[in-house]
Amino acid sequence: MRADALLDQVVDSAEPEYNFAFLDERTKRAIRRAALKGVAIPGHQVPFGSREMPIARGWGTGGLQLSLALIGPHDVFKAIDQGSDDSVNAVNIRHFVAAMSGVETVTATAEATIIQSRHRIPEETLRPDQVLVLQVPKPEPLSRIEPRVARSQKMHAEGDYASMWLSLYEGVALSGDISMGADYPAIVNGNYLMAPSPIPRWDMPKLHHAPFLTLFGAGREKRIYAVPPYTSVEPLEFSDYHFRVEEFPSPCQLCGATDTFLDEHVDPHGGGSTYSCSDTAYCAARREGSQA
Amino acid sequence: MSAHRPVLKVSGLTRLFGPGCDACLSSTGPEQETNRCVHCGTTVACADVSFDIGEGEVLGIVGESGSGKSTVAGCLAFDVPASAGEARLCTLPGANMFELDAAARRRLRAMEIGIVYQTPQQGLRLDVTAGGNVAERLLSADWRHVGQIRERAGNLLERTEIPRARMDEPPRIFSGGMRQRVQLAKALAHKPSLLILDEPTTGLDVSVQARILDLIQEIQREAGVATIVISHDLGVIRLLTERTLVMRLGRVVEAGLTDQILDDPQHPYTQLLVNSALT
Repeated sequence: MRADALLDQVVDSAEPEYNFAFLDERTKRAIRRAALKGVAIPGHQVPFGSREMPIARGWGTGGLQLSLALIGPHDVFKAIDQGSDDSVNAVNIRHFVAAMSGVETVTATAEATIIQSRHRIPEETLRPDQVLVLQVPKPEPLSRIEPRVARSQKMHAEGDYASMWLSLYEGVALSGDISMGADYPAIVNGNYLMAPSPIPRWDMPKLHHAPFLTLFGAGREKRIYAVPPYTSVEPLEFSDYHFRVEEFPSPCQLCGATDTFLDEHVDPHGGGSTYSCSDTAYCAARREGSQA
Repeated sequence: MSAHRPVLKVSGLTRLFGPGCDACLSSTGPEQETNRCVHCGTTVACADVSFDIGEGEVLGIVGESGSGKSTVAGCLAFDVPASAGEARLCTLPGANMFELDAAARRRLRAMEIGIVYQTPQQGLRLDVTAGGNVAERLLSADWRHVGQIRERAGNLLERTEIPRARMDEPPRIFSGGMRQRVQLAKALAHKPSLLILDEPTTGLDVSVQARILDLIQEIQREAGVATIVISHDLGVIRLLTERTLVMRLGRVVEAGLTDQILDDPQHPYTQLLVNSALT
């Protein structure tokens, strides 16, 4: 008998193949408990038992586990990767969540109740009834200056962020300005230093006193943390060198927006650069709206 | 006793390395000729060390290698926890600084205590710019204006004879003497109330030693900061300090005015120490 046929037999004979939303209920509870703890201590990284998932670690397993632990039959799910609903990572995650839970999936931000995202926050302001789940490759903001975990945990415990400030100072001293880009460190709720995941600086102000809940999941590093609604998220800055968001030389070539984060497209044949909205759903909706 | 307003009062400072037992203190010390407890194997690095320092005063701690003098410095800078005893700093009235919680200790260390170590690796980040090293102390003390930080760091580095033009270079490419001067600038960055110099010139060649000692003396007088100088070198002690403690095997064996101790040592160990100096 061929292997495929054998496999089919096994699958056919199994009882209900997977639990609703893939994860078993106890795992979901454990993940929700970690998320609740994260909400209770904004910006604090809560360890959790990250499960083996059918996508590779480092490809959004932290976010995926949070989404699956939160999702109910009446939720509406949206997945984005660097602002786009159509990239491979987003499509795979969306299909997987739909297959495992049967929930409706959308690209329109306003219609979703749970939005899992990699490295972007949608341009439309989310509502209090929506939850943003961000995929996090490196949850520890201090790892670039203090590789020893025991040390960095002590630094968090004591609020000892002088070495982070020092690395910011070094950037100014050596390059003339703050040299940090995406994943810009911020103090949450006036207390913990947090890595916001590699979202552009553009998205940082959206987290500050946001009306919605943001959950951060790092599957490979086994950490969950949160920014609850209406919590302060203050990027590190000096009183004479300020945190600034990215600037773009021209508007979106598709919808003409000047108030969105743009992706740069470099013409390989020397035709210069063009720009378009990184948030593709927002861009498409704007174009439809202007046609109507 | 000093006539100055006391800045630091240390009493009964003890540091044990090991489990410790009731007999540790009675079975160690100069009389027993050991700092290791025969009953439990604990090393008594220092025991029952007490002293005061007044404003602007310079206290020397002298002793051979292993006498416990650096442990005293380490306890005061919170590098090693004290096993017993208390230390009261005038800026923190009523509190024993050894009993503060970790965050408060770190804060006190950042705001009030400057230290220069024998090895620059201990006191500096060699790959961070010299200015950054000084800035770190200011950043710990919540300075958040780069212009002001660079102004202060540049002034301090100039004062310690590091050209301002080199403030954005890492100490890794500096000479040993320059590194010690960066350490000194860093230690003084936030105008500490206590300055600890732990063998600041050991390992430097004699001409560099002399220049750094002159500089330390000048700056210490300018800043009027209470200073503890730890050295095995009697020349350094004689030049810099007014009063001196002599330590041996973790205990203070003699204390008094530096000139008196060096010219008319009472304790046999101090006599040996003074007589073995190469001068």
